[in-house]
Amino acid sequence: MKTEKFSILGLICTVFTVILAIAWLFPVYWMAATSVKSETDTIVNPPILFPWPPNFDAFVYVIQNSPFFRWYLNTVITSVSVTVLCILFSLMCAYALSRLEFRGRQLLYVALLVGFMLPFATMAVPLFMFMTRLNFVNSFQGLIAPQVATPLAVIVFKQFFDEVPRDFRDAALIDGANDFKILFKIYLPLNWSIIWAMSIIIFIGAWNNFFWPLIVTNSTPMLTVPVGMTQVQSAYGVAFAKICATGVLASIPTAAAYLFFQKKVTQGVMAAAGLK
Amino acid sequence: MLIAPFVIFYVLFLVYPALQVVYLSLTNSDIAGQGRLVGLANYQELISDQDFWAAVAHTVYFVVLTVVPNTAVGFFLALLVTRLKRLRLPILSAFFLPYVLPVSVVTTTALWILDANFGIVNNLLGTNTAWFGDASWAMPFVAMVTIWWTVGFNMLLFIAGLQNVPAEYYEAAALDGANGFQRFLFVTCPLIWPVTSLVLILQLILQFKIFDQVYLLTFGGPSNSTTVVLLYMYREAFQQNRGGYASAVAMALVIIIVIVSVVQSRLLRIKRVT
Repeated sequence: MKTEKFSILGLICTVFTVILAIAWLFPVYWMAATSVKSETDTIVNPPILFPWPPNFDAFVYVIQNSPFFRWYLNTVITSVSVTVLCILFSLMCAYALSRLEFRGRQLLYVALLVGFMLPFATMAVPLFMFMTRLNFVNSFQGLIAPQVATPLAVIVFKQFFDEVPRDFRDAALIDGANDFKILFKIYLPLNWSIIWAMSIIIFIGAWNNFFWPLIVTNSTPMLTVPVGMTQVQSAYGVAFAKICATGVLASIPTAAAYLFFQKKVTQGVMAAAGLK
Repeated sequence: MLIAPFVIFYVLFLVYPALQVVYLSLTNSDIAGQGRLVGLANYQELISDQDFWAAVAHTVYFVVLTVVPNTAVGFFLALLVTRLKRLRLPILSAFFLPYVLPVSVVTTTALWILDANFGIVNNLLGTNTAWFGDASWAMPFVAMVTIWWTVGFNMLLFIAGLQNVPAEYYEAAALDGANGFQRFLFVTCPLIWPVTSLVLILQLILQFKIFDQVYLLTFGGPSNSTTVVLLYMYREAFQQNRGGYASAVAMALVIIIVIVSVVQSRLLRIKRVT
């Protein structure tokens, strides 16, 4: 495009965008600001826009008086396991779909595409019954297993593997490598970028998952952060600093993952939507 | 060998429940799975169940309030962001950040800033409205919170689409004397249409699955005005202990989604040709 000239209209547009972005973030700021106020300061009129010095009583209270730490641990274990298992299994499956001939290959791919369209929530009832029979209710197995069985990563990885020249595998086979080796020594490094991107997307999705943990856990020590925080909130009543403190604690991992790996998250989102 | 681990998980935890839901919808099972076949009785009950149809209507209302607005806002934000240079990344992050927050954080924040007595919105407006406690405001506010939370995703897709519009097209249009608005209307809009239709399709399927936000913001209230299909299914299954009937509700939702997305993709294709 031709070089941008300075224009009043452009400046107004930019200023508008900046104001809109600040307004967009305001609810997040307001949650964080409320969490470092004393309870009395949260309900004064006019509201205190910049709480200074910050008061961390609400955080101390939440951590000491609820199993928040335990829920954090549950959520870390769950979302890390889901990410590792889902990525690893998806890589293997995608490699086979892309490069190997086996009976039922076409059927499997169609089943994955159908499963991708199927709303997870509509399977919640039979899945819950199945979990009851396996004794997986209120367990990590129950939290993790259905989240591993999501076809998104397989579909994305297959598309990327399809673009790797077939000669690479043929040459490696002649050198005596097996398919495991070819996958992890050739295909994995070549597609490192998208694997990393999908890992972050799956981690964020698993950390934030609300619906499935709500269904499969009901004992307080097995809850995850997104479900558990709503329980303590209803117990707190009008205690906005504590309520917001739970929100801040719950957001740290995914917000940090996004801020540190912005480009990867963008790439993962594109791939998830079918745009490379 | 390579496919075994994934396929085992997939068959056990996705294919099996997907088939099971069809079977269960033909039984009078409780939530433990105890029951017997009753034929199409659940579906007959469903057709005359006014609460179910009310839930369908609320879901459609939510879809209307979100699909096109969320797409339009995403496009608008993408237009604002793509023309920036140095400010681009921080502004983009500001609009996208809510998307990575857990839904319960999003609803906690919404309930706090919209609180009837101490929320900052009512404070600024000088009112005392319980937005989520008012039958006519509740659903529009659930929709607004949803858009605030998820529009960043649509924005990213539109930004990618806008970047793919070749600069020469704009130059050619400018040489032909098209002004900025005309270039937008006759170059940007048609070339971005594939992305727009993709976003519309993704949105339509996504918004029919509305559950988390209403569960957390209103739990279907006030007076059931925000009870959507999946919330109705959840209550039938886990509060009324009717696994069979809840499965029929789930089947109905799948059928609705399939019909609507087929109709929509037909409509969008026709539009693309003309």
